[in-house]
Amino acid sequence: MAENQVTGVSLFATCIVDQLFPQVGVSVVRVLRNLGVQVDFPLDQTCCGQPLYNTGFNSQAKQLGQRVLRSFKNNRYVVVPSGSCAAMMRHFYLDLFRDDPELLEQAQELASRVYEFSQFLVRVLGVEDVGAAFQGSATYHPSCHLLREMEVREEPQKLLGRVSGLELKDLPQAETCCGFGGAFSVKFPHISEGMLADKVANVAASGAETLVSCDMGCLMHIDGALRRQFPAIRSTHLAQVLDSQS
Amino acid sequence: MAEIKTQEFFSASQVSIQDPVLRQALIRVGTGFDGSRLHAIQEVTPELWEEWREQARQIKVHTLDHLDYYLDLLEQNVARAGGQVHFATDAAQANAIVAHLAQSRGVKIATKSKSMVSEELSLNPVLESVGVDVFETDLGEYIIQLADETPSHLVAPALHKTKEQVAELFSEKLGLPHLENIEDMARAAREVLRQKFLQADMGISGANFLVAETGTLVIITNEGNGRLCTSAPRLHVGITGMEKVIPSLQDLAVFLRLLPRSATGQRISSYVSMITGPRRIADEDGPEEFHLVLVDNGRSKMLADPDLREALYCIRCGACLNICPVYKKVGGHAYGWVYPGPIGAVVTPSLVGLKMAQDLPQASSLCGACREACPVKINIPRMLLHLRNGLAESPDPQEKAATKSAGLLAKGYAWIMQHPALLGLSHRAARTLQKPLMLIPFSPLTKGGSGLGKVRLPLLSLWTQSKDLPLLPPRTFHEIWRQELSKAPAGDSKNEGSLR
Repeated sequence: MAENQVTGVSLFATCIVDQLFPQVGVSVVRVLRNLGVQVDFPLDQTCCGQPLYNTGFNSQAKQLGQRVLRSFKNNRYVVVPSGSCAAMMRHFYLDLFRDDPELLEQAQELASRVYEFSQFLVRVLGVEDVGAAFQGSATYHPSCHLLREMEVREEPQKLLGRVSGLELKDLPQAETCCGFGGAFSVKFPHISEGMLADKVANVAASGAETLVSCDMGCLMHIDGALRRQFPAIRSTHLAQVLDSQS
Repeated sequence: MAEIKTQEFFSASQVSIQDPVLRQALIRVGTGFDGSRLHAIQEVTPELWEEWREQARQIKVHTLDHLDYYLDLLEQNVARAGGQVHFATDAAQANAIVAHLAQSRGVKIATKSKSMVSEELSLNPVLESVGVDVFETDLGEYIIQLADETPSHLVAPALHKTKEQVAELFSEKLGLPHLENIEDMARAAREVLRQKFLQADMGISGANFLVAETGTLVIITNEGNGRLCTSAPRLHVGITGMEKVIPSLQDLAVFLRLLPRSATGQRISSYVSMITGPRRIADEDGPEEFHLVLVDNGRSKMLADPDLREALYCIRCGACLNICPVYKKVGGHAYGWVYPGPIGAVVTPSLVGLKMAQDLPQASSLCGACREACPVKINIPRMLLHLRNGLAESPDPQEKAATKSAGLLAKGYAWIMQHPALLGLSHRAARTLQKPLMLIPFSPLTKGGSGLGKVRLPLLSLWTQSKDLPLLPPRTFHEIWRQELSKAPAGDSKNEGSLR
């Protein structure tokens, strides 16, 4: 059970989880509920606006940001299964709305409640052992925004370290970007692919059977290449490992 | 100004990424420079390193906030020491000042220690046009001068060349026998350059720092060429950007700790030269005249922009290049101008024009490694975002470069994301169509592993040239929530739409 009592949280599933990897969202809900946390899901949520902000289309990003501010106008923690989208809501909204005092105030208030999933478990709930069991070896890829914007370095590995049966292997050059970067991956495919090739080689060199990360964007990118080159290596979101009982 | 080829970034990077010689050199950048930097930080302890970074940043913040005051103070103190400061608003003016100094003093030969600003200005061809022979004396710069190339790294300008290529260059240009090892090549260059140091009428140097309270020019080198350039000839001309000024010698201390460690992992460079004015009456040697040319060339525009100002804090250590996964793939020349890598992607558009260099701020995954490595904590990713915003939305047609289709795509994306019901419907339609589509001949979708292999649709085709794309799952999370999860406890829908 959780060390610190938190009655309820709102889940921001992220658009990529909603549209492509709903199972990640299901696992987040299950893990949180198992820890005695009530989870709600504001139904009008879609995207945080980061794809627009990252490509410079701030006017459109603001439209989506304002939508998030409206949907999550409650006083619950907001749990996000992505370091990147959490960074958008926690840090980049403050830049996006800096010229509008009213929205900036709302963004600051929201920022104080936004947590990435692993960060929420360890820092807010005070939990490291969620009672999961997972057979096999895994290596952890720290996604860039989680690491350098959210400053979440140790939490995912602490959680993985307490999963019974899971053997955690070191990932060489773990903190080097996988080359995803959203639109960057299709704007400069040759550079993105070069970075991806290094990451895939390092994942293979780790000797792990499973690659774990906290961002589905990066995982979709790395897994897309693993499927072609190392189909035996599986990729999974941290929440799915923590939701395992095998 | 140096020739601008920033518009060719895309094609240049496509070529450079394939270059096996460059690839090896760039791997050495990571293991050599960046590895040494990390080791040096461990040695001083990361906690103390953080203190130094913050201290240095605050000095830069303060100085740039009061730049007019410190430039004024610097000018007075250079004059008091017997030197003269010249302010140049652009490259043409800076070059004209140096050319005039050379002509009016009958200069025939000039030696130069390393200066990125002189590369930015393209000073050498201007001096040559008025009859001055200019010799680069930093070994790396000398190599690229012989090869008629430009630097590919802020600290190691000839990084892209192998020792075999240098040996070939030396035998071709200097008429030397083919040399096998690096020491012999360095000795050969030294013999040529030693003569030039003795013959030179003018020595040109850059500056790592300018100390306002004393009028001192500080250069940090490893080869000793900087000392010879600034002491042997009868005329010394220092040339640098106006942002290099710091208030006091006390402030210099922290930068002397940060710069060599960040650049090469050295505790201190082999030489730290602090030059205040020309020779004094009692001095046995030293130049008769000292001139300092301070260059604006677009910097005051950066100073005036609160979102770009901190790029002027840069001390040109190259740490952001050494850690950047993009730089380490494409190398320095692909960036198309003088300043490569993450800091180059900010500085270059500001100095040559945003539209002209539009690919540079886009060619980043925004991973943030540069910000973490920067000894003065410059938030490079945030500035790249600011430049991208200018490219997408600037009211100034000189800056806005986004295509109509990119603008429409952004609007369409924002629109569908504000209509969740329609988003759900389009998911339903696409997931129903994706499987039959894979079976049709000449379909835009092909199966690959457990997902999509080749997709012949805009953007997605670029993705699938190197990696698979997952199939759309049978339900969105919204649907699963409505149908099951909202009726807690969590339903048994475990294997829908996970990666594998």
